[in-house]
Amino acid sequence: MSIWEYANPVKFMRTSGAVLPWVIAAAVLSTVTGLVWGFLTPEDYKQGSTVKIVFLHVPAALMAINIWLMMLVTSLIWLIRRHHVSALAAKAAAPVGAVMTLIALITGAVWGQPMWGTWWEWDPRLTSFLILLLFYLGYMALWEAVENPDSAADLTGVLCLVGSVFALLSRYAVNFWNQGLHQGASLSLAPGERMAAVYRYPLYLSMAGFFLLFLALLLIRTRTEIRRRRLAALLARENRA
Amino acid sequence: MKALLIRDLRLATRAGGGFGLALAFFLIVCTLVPFGVGPEGGTLSRIAPGILWVGALLSCLLSLDRIFALDFEDGSLDLLATAPLPLEGAVAIKALAHWLVTGLPLALSAPVFALLLHLPGPAYPWLVASLVLGTPALSMLGAFGAAVTVGLRRGGLLLSLLVLPLYMPTLIFGAEAVRRGAVGAEAGTPLVFLAGITLATLALSPFAAAAALRVNLR
Repeated sequence: MSIWEYANPVKFMRTSGAVLPWVIAAAVLSTVTGLVWGFLTPEDYKQGSTVKIVFLHVPAALMAINIWLMMLVTSLIWLIRRHHVSALAAKAAAPVGAVMTLIALITGAVWGQPMWGTWWEWDPRLTSFLILLLFYLGYMALWEAVENPDSAADLTGVLCLVGSVFALLSRYAVNFWNQGLHQGASLSLAPGERMAAVYRYPLYLSMAGFFLLFLALLLIRTRTEIRRRRLAALLARENRA
Repeated sequence: MKALLIRDLRLATRAGGGFGLALAFFLIVCTLVPFGVGPEGGTLSRIAPGILWVGALLSCLLSLDRIFALDFEDGSLDLLATAPLPLEGAVAIKALAHWLVTGLPLALSAPVFALLLHLPGPAYPWLVASLVLGTPALSMLGAFGAAVTVGLRRGGLLLSLLVLPLYMPTLIFGAEAVRRGAVGAEAGTPLVFLAGITLATLALSPFAAAAALRVNLR
């Protein structure tokens, strides 16, 4: 039993089909509970009711970065082991990541307006997220532009590797460029800096919810990609006959 | 390698090669900006470092798809790929040729354009230094972008979307160096970062670009 067995699309489809309903149920349950619980938390003494957007903002931002990381790993697996499901999973993850980045940017703007008095600030964190969004858009556009699916997987894989280096570099470059307005990390292991438990637990739950949501969307979208690939193969055979 | 470099330079400088296009575009940017923001010297000299760097970056972007597109169309790229010279080397040479015909003239003529934008006096050496150090990175990254999009119809548009986020760190450090130079602050640190980025792209981008070219030539 190893993870490479799932390179076989049949095996992947069977397993993911069996797991999918459970993942969807868990995702809906934890996301809804996390968000509703978060919404019902008491108002913060400093930020008032606006703090509640954190339950949407932080998990989305977390996933936005981690989805790119996952795409980096799957692209590497494709480039090294020619693992087709892996390439399709990277393709399937990109739009989800782009939407997560967009959610983080938009909720950040909505939160920033009352707190900082501005919708947008050229702050390192905000700016590097904007750059991340550009990377997602370029990555998706490249997938759409190349016709041969294997070439597309190769090119986007290389782009993802180069993009990762530069996403990291941009992160530190913009830090250097402008010291920011954005608050520090919302979660920290140091006890003094942690959020109060009232906020922390619903935040954990909604982070878990967003992760499961991503997993569910990823499985659904990867299955769609595999089916689309099969359809294309069948049509090609039909045309040859 | 030398023959390839000379060939590319000849192609670029002779009729129809587009040599000077980048410079003309740079001039256009520097002419348009004062009309856009108003001719007051104070405003212009404050935004001049950024405008000059953005202008240099855009005019570099303009000529990127020429790096491989013509050779791809007439098949000489296939010959290069099968030549004894490793494809990585060919990529590096072609990026170097691109830099020699766009980046270097831009860097050397930038003080003239800076004059149009009222760049403060102490910033001139920093402007030239930052462009000389930074534009090779633009050419190397551009060569990667051009290699990725070479087989595509409408590749040019996609090329700018792919390459623009990659240019961000170079732009930040380049403009920062000029800005610090303009106010007389210590500008060495951003220049060191800029040199670091350029060296890193010199080391890595030929491999990425060659990998992308091999996929496109398959």
